[in-house]
Amino acid sequence: MTTLLTIEGLTKAYPGVVANSDVSFAIAEGEVHALLGENGAGKSTLVKMIYGLVKPDSGRMILHGHPYEPAEPRAARAAGVAMVFQHFSLFDALNVAENISLGMESPPPRRQLAARIREVSDAYGLPLDPDRTVGELSAGERQRVEIIRCLLQDPKLLIMDEPTSVLTPQEVEILFRTLRKLSSEGTAILYISHKLEEIRTLCDSATILRRGKVVDSCNPREKSAAELAELMVGSKLQTPSRPGATPGEIVLDVAGLSVRSASAFGTSLRDVTFTVRAGEILGIGGVAGNGQDELLAALSGEAQARAGSIRLRGTPIGALGPNQRRRIAILAAPEERLGHAAAPDMSLTENALLTGAIREGLTTRGFLKWPAARAFAERVITAFDVRTPGPANAARSLSGGNLQKFVIGREVLQRPEVLVVNQPTWGVDAAAAAAIRQALLDLAENGAAVVVISQDLDELMEISDRFAALNEGRLSPPRPARGLTMEEIGLMMGGAHDMETPHVDA
Amino acid sequence: MIRLEKRPTPSRFWTLATPLLAVILTMIAGGLLFAFLGKDPLEAIRTIFWDPLFHPQFASYSRPQLLVKAGPLILIAIGLSLGFRAGIWNIGAEGQYIIGAICGAGVALAFYPLEAWYVFPLMVIAGALGGWAWAMIPALLKTRFRTNEILVSLLLVYVAEELLASMALGLMRNPAGGGFPGSRNLQQYPAAANGELIAGTGMHWGVAAAFIAVILAYVLLNRHMLGFHIRLTGQSPRAARFAGVRPNALILICLGTSGALAGLAGLFEVAGPAGQISIDFNQGYGFTAIIVAFLGRLHPVGILLAGLLMGLTYIGGDLAQFMLGLPAAAIQAFQGMLLFFLLGVDVLTNYRIRIGRTEAA
Amino acid sequence: MDLSTINPLVLIASLMVAATPILLAALGELVVEKAGVLNLGVEGMMITGAICGFAIAVETQSPALGFLAAMAGAALLSLIFGVLTQILLANQVATGLALTLFGLGLSALLGQGYNGLKPPPTGKLDLGPLGDVPVLGKVLFSHDMIVYVSLALVVAVWAMLRYTRLGLILRAVGENHDAAHALGYKVVRIRLAAITFGGACAGLGGAYLSLVRVPQWTDGMTAGAGWIALAIVVFASWKPGRALLGAYLFGGVTVLQLNLQAAGLAVPVQYLSMSPYLITILVLVIMSADRGRAALSAPACLGRVFHASS
Repeated sequence: MTTLLTIEGLTKAYPGVVANSDVSFAIAEGEVHALLGENGAGKSTLVKMIYGLVKPDSGRMILHGHPYEPAEPRAARAAGVAMVFQHFSLFDALNVAENISLGMESPPPRRQLAARIREVSDAYGLPLDPDRTVGELSAGERQRVEIIRCLLQDPKLLIMDEPTSVLTPQEVEILFRTLRKLSSEGTAILYISHKLEEIRTLCDSATILRRGKVVDSCNPREKSAAELAELMVGSKLQTPSRPGATPGEIVLDVAGLSVRSASAFGTSLRDVTFTVRAGEILGIGGVAGNGQDELLAALSGEAQARAGSIRLRGTPIGALGPNQRRRIAILAAPEERLGHAAAPDMSLTENALLTGAIREGLTTRGFLKWPAARAFAERVITAFDVRTPGPANAARSLSGGNLQKFVIGREVLQRPEVLVVNQPTWGVDAAAAAAIRQALLDLAENGAAVVVISQDLDELMEISDRFAALNEGRLSPPRPARGLTMEEIGLMMGGAHDMETPHVDA
Repeated sequence: MIRLEKRPTPSRFWTLATPLLAVILTMIAGGLLFAFLGKDPLEAIRTIFWDPLFHPQFASYSRPQLLVKAGPLILIAIGLSLGFRAGIWNIGAEGQYIIGAICGAGVALAFYPLEAWYVFPLMVIAGALGGWAWAMIPALLKTRFRTNEILVSLLLVYVAEELLASMALGLMRNPAGGGFPGSRNLQQYPAAANGELIAGTGMHWGVAAAFIAVILAYVLLNRHMLGFHIRLTGQSPRAARFAGVRPNALILICLGTSGALAGLAGLFEVAGPAGQISIDFNQGYGFTAIIVAFLGRLHPVGILLAGLLMGLTYIGGDLAQFMLGLPAAAIQAFQGMLLFFLLGVDVLTNYRIRIGRTEAA
Repeated sequence: MDLSTINPLVLIASLMVAATPILLAALGELVVEKAGVLNLGVEGMMITGAICGFAIAVETQSPALGFLAAMAGAALLSLIFGVLTQILLANQVATGLALTLFGLGLSALLGQGYNGLKPPPTGKLDLGPLGDVPVLGKVLFSHDMIVYVSLALVVAVWAMLRYTRLGLILRAVGENHDAAHALGYKVVRIRLAAITFGGACAGLGGAYLSLVRVPQWTDGMTAGAGWIALAIVVFASWKPGRALLGAYLFGGVTVLQLNLQAAGLAVPVQYLSMSPYLITILVLVIMSADRGRAALSAPACLGRVFHASS
C-alpha cells in the first residue's frame, strides 16, 4: 500500500495547554486508521489541522508526496480531504440539497445535485431525500447528510470524528459496512473514537494520543480492549463497583407522560411510562434527539406535565416547578453543563446557589446568605475532588470533567430521593467519568432512585439495574440490564430506522 | 494579526477600567469633533467637564443643575438596568416618563386649588402607576404573544408624545393661560410643587428617590434571590429556568419596575424643574438613561456615577452652547460616541488581545 | 368632515411614495437579519442618510449625487456597528441603540444651517407610453426613479436569497455560524458586507424622506420610520415580498390618516397621528402570536455573538 498522508512533528500550543506536541504518523491509501485518545488528548486539534481549520505552530504534512498546508477547509477539500464532524455542521432550516451544496466547492445546478445525492446515497445504502428540511431528520439521517456531502467530493481521505455516538448498534453496523466499502475502493479513513471495541472491529491500525503526544501505535486487532484502554489512559482504571442490592419500594412512578417539546426542532414525549424503586438505577438509552432533553425537563420540573403523569410515592407532582420539586428531594443534572446546569460566567459559589438555595437553606426570606453558599460550594469541591483554585472562579474556567463533577456533586450532596441525570460523563476524561459513575452507584446504594439518561451504552450497561430506550419520544418498556445483548438494545432503540444494507460488491 | 482570546474569568481590572478608558477616548474623539467644528478642543472640553462645577462666574448657578439633570437619569437608568441585566430590553422609558408626568400632573390639576398634605403623595403614586401601566403594555404583549418588547416599547414613545401634545393642547391646557398650549404651572401650586429640599443644591424629591433607588437596587442585586435570578436570566436563560425562575414573571417585574421608576422621574420633573405639561416637556432623558445604564455597567453605583457624568455633559453642553456657540446637537453626538467607545473597549473585559501569528479563522 | 376630498387613486399613488423609505430600510435590515445580525440602528442610519443626501443634493444641486452620498454616509455609519459587533464582539442590541442615538445627534449636527432650505427636485421617471395609460399611468407609472429602485430591490433580494449561491451562504451564516465557520465560510466578512448593504439601504430610504417625501430637512425627521422598518421585517417573516406588503400597508395607513386630518375628521389630530404606530404594534402582536411560524422563520443565530474559538 502506498502512503497517502504523512504527518511529521505537528505541534500546536494554546495559552496554558499544548494541544499537540510533536505528533507524527502516516496513513496509507485505503487504510482505516484509528486516532484513539481520551477527551482532551488532542484528537480534535489534530484533525482540525489536517482539515485546515487550525494552523500548526510547527511540523509538516505530506499528502501524495507533496507538502500539504491547507490554509482553510476549502483548500483541504480541494486536496481531497473531507470531514464528518462530531457536532454536525448542518443548518437546520435548510434542506438536504442546500446543506450538501454548502459543503462543496463547485456544486452542480440544483436538479443535477439532487440526482447525484439520490445516486450516491443509494449506492452506499444511505437513503436520503434531497428536499427534506434537515431540522426534521433524525440524528442518524443527519449524519448521512454529512457523509454524502463528503462522498460527493470523491475524497481520498475521510475524517470521521466520533461518528457512532449518535447511532443505534444496528446503524453502526451499516456505517461500518459503508466505511469498509469505501476503504476497499481506496479511500483512506481517519477514524476518531474513544470506543475501543469499535476500533478493534473496524480499524487496520491505530495511533494513540495522550496529553497531546503520540504514546503508541499498534494494530488494534492484536490488542485487547483492556490493553488499549491502558494505553489511552496511561494507568489502570478502576471500574465502578457496587454490591448487589435489593431495590426497595417504588419511589418515582411515571405513567402516560406526554409533553410537547419547547423547541421548534425538538421531539415531544409521547406516553412515557416507567417506575424507579429506591436503591435502583434506571438507565435510559437512545440516540441523541429522541426526547432526552424533554424527558429531563419534564422530570426536573422545567417543563410542566399533567399532575398525575408523574408521582412521587403516590403523590402527583407533574405540575410542580423545579423549586417545588427540589423541596421534595427530586433533583436533576441536565446534559449541557455550560448554560443549563451551570451559568458559565458566574462563580462556583453562585452556581452552588443556583440549585442549592432551597435544600441547603442558603436564603432567609429571600435574602442570600453568601457565606453559607460559599461553604456549600467548598463542600462540593472537596467531596468531589473538583480541581479549581477556589469557589470564586467562574464556571467556564473549569475543564469539562471538573465542572461535571461539580454539577453532579452539587445535586448528590443535597441528599436527593430521586436524581435524574442526562449524559453524566459526556466529554469527560476517564478518571472523572469513573468518579461520577461511582458517585451515582453510591447514591443508589444509599437508597435513592436514580435515572441515568445517556447515549453511552457501555456506561448504561455498567451501572444500570434496568434499561429502557427512548425512540422518537417514546420509551421502550424497561428490562433488566443484566444479560441484554447489543442486538436487543439496538432494537429497543429503534433498530436501524429506515436504513438499508449497502450492496457491497466492490 | 490581532486575535481575541476569551478569558477564563472576566477581568476585574478592566470591568472597572473600561468606563474610564471610554470617557478618555470620547474626550479625545470629541475634541477632534469640536476642532472640526472650528472650536478650540481643550477649551470645549474644559467648558463641558470643568466649568459647570468650578467656573467662578457660572458655577454657582450650574452646580445645583447637576443634581437636577442627574436625578431623572439615575432614576430611569436604575430601572432599565434591572431589565437589561435580564435581557429584557425596555427602550421606551421616554414614553413611560411622559405618561408618568401626565398622570401625576393630572392628579394635581384635578385637586387644584385644594391645599392638602395628601396631594403630592397621591401624585407620586399616580406617576409611578402611569409609568408602570405604560410599561405593562409591552410586558403583557411579550408574555402573552411573545411580541418583541424592544419595538413595542419604542413605538409607544411616539404614541406617548402624541398624547402629551393632545394633553397640552386640550384636556390639561391652562384655562388661565390665554389659549397658549401647556398646563398650569405646578410650581405655583404649593401642595403639588416638588421644590428644592435644601436650598441651592438642586436636591428635590426626585433626586432623593434616585439615591434611594440606587441603594435598593444594590441590595436587590447583591443580597436578594430576585436580583440573583435577574442576573442569572441575563447570563443563561436556560440555567435560570432550571433554577426555577419563571421568565414571564421576571418580564413583568423588570418592565414594571423600570416603567414605574421612569414614571416617577416624569412626575418629579413635571412637578419640579419643568413645572408644567407642555408639548416639548420631554427632553430625551429616557434615551440618555440607556447610555447611563451601560456606562455604569448596569451596576447601581456605576449608574450613580455615570448619571452624574452625563448630567454634567448636559449642563456643560448648555454652557458650551452659550459661551462657545457649540451646537446643542454636538453634545448629543458626543453622548452617542461615549456609548460606542464603551461598547468597543468592553471587549477587554472578556477577551485578551493577542498580537501574533495568523490564525486560519 | 368631507370625505369626498379623498381620492382613492391619489391615495394609492401617494402611499407608494410614503412607503418607499420604509420599504428600502426594511429590505436592507432583512438582509442583515438573514445573515444573523440584529441591527437596531436603522433609525440612526436613516436619519444620517437623510441629512447626507439632503446636504449633498443642496450643495451639488443633484438629487442623484445626494442619494449616492446618503448611501455612502449611512453605510459608513453602519460599519461602526459592524466593527463593534463583529470584530469587538459588542452586544448587538446595545450597539444598535447606540447607533440610533449617535445618528440622531450626528445628523442634527450635520444639518446645522440646512433647516428650511429646499432641495433640488427629484425628477419623475419617464416611462414613455406607460405613463399615458389612463388611470394606471398616473397611479403607478409616474413616480420618480427611487420608487422603482425599491420595487426592483424587492425582486432582487428575493431572487438573491432564493436562487443564488450568495443567498444560500448568507442564510447559512445566519442559521448556524459555527457550522458555516467549520465549512470554511468567512462569517465575519459576510456579515460585515450584509451590514454595509443594510446601511446603504437605510441611507437611501432616509434620503428619500428628506429629498422627495417631505421634502426638506428638520432634526429628527425620520420620526420612528427606522423602528417601523424593523417591525416590518418581523411582520414579513423575513420574506422580501411580504416586506413590500407590510411597507405599503403602513404607507396606506399613514396617507389615509393624513387625508383624514385634512378632511377634518372629528378626532383630535394627535390621535390620528399616533394611529400608524398603534397599527404597527397591532400587526406585530398578530404576527408574533403565531408562535410556531415565527420561531421557524427567524434566522436561528439572530443577534448572537460569533467568536471563532479555534
